[in-house]
Amino acid sequence: MEFPEELKYTEEHEWVLVEDELAVIGITDFAQDALGDVVFVELPEVGTVLEAGKAFGVVESVKAVSDIYAPISGTVEEINDDLVEAPEIINTSPYEDGWMIKIRMADVSDADALMDAEAYQALIEEES
Amino acid sequence: MRYIPHTAGDVAEMLERIGVDSLEDLFIEVPGSVRLKRPLDLSESVSETELLRELKALAANNATPETHKSFLGGGAYHHFIPAVIDLLISRSEFYTAYTPYQPEISQGTLQAIFEFQSLICQLTGMDAANASMYDGASACAEAVLMAVRLTRRKRVLLSRALNPRYRAVVATYCRYLSLELVDVAVADDGRTDLNDLKTRLDDATAAVVVGYPNYFGVIEDVATLAKISHEAGARMVTAVAEPVALGLLKSPGDLGADIVVGEGQSFGLPLAFGGPYVGFFAVRQKDVRAMPGRLVGETTDLEGQRGFVLTLATREQHIRREKATSNICSNQGLCALMATIFLSLLGKQGLREMAEQNLAKAAYARQQLSGLKDFSLVFSAPAFNEFVVRSRVPVAAVLSRLEEAGILAGIPLAEDYPELADCFLVCVTEQNQREEIDALISALQGDAV
Repeated sequence: MEFPEELKYTEEHEWVLVEDELAVIGITDFAQDALGDVVFVELPEVGTVLEAGKAFGVVESVKAVSDIYAPISGTVEEINDDLVEAPEIINTSPYEDGWMIKIRMADVSDADALMDAEAYQALIEEES
Repeated sequence: MRYIPHTAGDVAEMLERIGVDSLEDLFIEVPGSVRLKRPLDLSESVSETELLRELKALAANNATPETHKSFLGGGAYHHFIPAVIDLLISRSEFYTAYTPYQPEISQGTLQAIFEFQSLICQLTGMDAANASMYDGASACAEAVLMAVRLTRRKRVLLSRALNPRYRAVVATYCRYLSLELVDVAVADDGRTDLNDLKTRLDDATAAVVVGYPNYFGVIEDVATLAKISHEAGARMVTAVAEPVALGLLKSPGDLGADIVVGEGQSFGLPLAFGGPYVGFFAVRQKDVRAMPGRLVGETTDLEGQRGFVLTLATREQHIRREKATSNICSNQGLCALMATIFLSLLGKQGLREMAEQNLAKAAYARQQLSGLKDFSLVFSAPAFNEFVVRSRVPVAAVLSRLEEAGILAGIPLAEDYPELADCFLVCVTEQNQREEIDALISALQGDAV
């Protein structure tokens, strides 16, 4: 299981890639593995204002339906349309092709509060 | 699935398990001031013979298509019901107050629902239909809510020619949802006014809802309505109160409707003074996850055999309560089964012939009526088995005089449409023989003399 060093992580198993004022968000390798085959993804519309900690989308797998929570506040700039037709990309490429949304952060410093790869790895070892 | 009541032993065991002495103790939280402390005020018990005599005497006061020549429609239609329907639905595997959905024990029920869904898809020209709704009006309200979910818009346009009962139920469902319900006018020919629709449509409009046929029996131009609605990004919702019409008409799906709902009572269900009826609900494949209600899917089991299961259940409140598409977590199982048997018996050709009979008989009645001095037809657009008649004599007087002669001539429109206060709605089905229609005409003519 991979946890790229350049990403930030949440306790809800989302990852964040910070690019200046933008943040790309997806779910982690651990999350996709726990969910099993993803069959449906529901994403917000471009322009939606997200609040940190609030659900912004849904991932449905053969095992469960889970909300995905916004790791940081911001406005949706772009969504990954490919996931609508091919949600299984989340299983095959959780950190790259399986990205979900790109947001413009309300406050860039919010990302600093998130976990780094090492802390996240420690968290999931504790959980499993 | 059988209904097995609790035995005294079961009750005692349950009370003991939860640590209560008697059933009475379960109601201890209900204040004494609101509890009835005497037996119910009921008359002395009577023998079965006496009771049946009394009930039959009461039932004989009812006016029904058996006691009267009935020309009433307006959302509930008098059609032929083959005897085999009652026989089949009375089988104990089907006849239960609860619809069992567990695939392990309910393949028969699930397959019957799957067949119902498939028949509704064929009838409406849509991709997916659910396991049924409570009735046509509540299905219409759910369609409005679905369009609001899909478009994330708050304004809904309802044609004034949509069945007034449907409009009332939509208003009830939407009362606390901060949605804006807007009426669209009816044109002189009895169809929804396209110009009025265009002025009321905007980029906040979630849905445009019309009847097909509409309340006046008139066939709406769904293709044009859908085109206009789609240009504004709104969904076209078509509500079919008399689905026999779909045996002849081009399906709403073929004409561009996004959601097709309706009432299935015409398919083998008795009038029964208004219910229970059965609603149907059909959508495009792309919108299937936003659809309310149960949905049965076909699959294969471990041995590769064909089987049926509930599918896409994540739309439902037993899995995601606060995010469910609707609070409907059931269906009208037995009524849907009746409609399924009815449609299977008739087949495509049979339904077409039934629709042709309705059309021809209604056309005959229209033609005869148009020759009467004191009566005239109001709308010129094509109609199915219902039409609006204008009377020079006060409507209430005409209807009550004909009722005394054993004829229920129609539904007065004054209450729902003040501008049509001098009009009534007449329905003619395959059940109205030519002699009945002739009796209606000559009774109406009696007024003119």
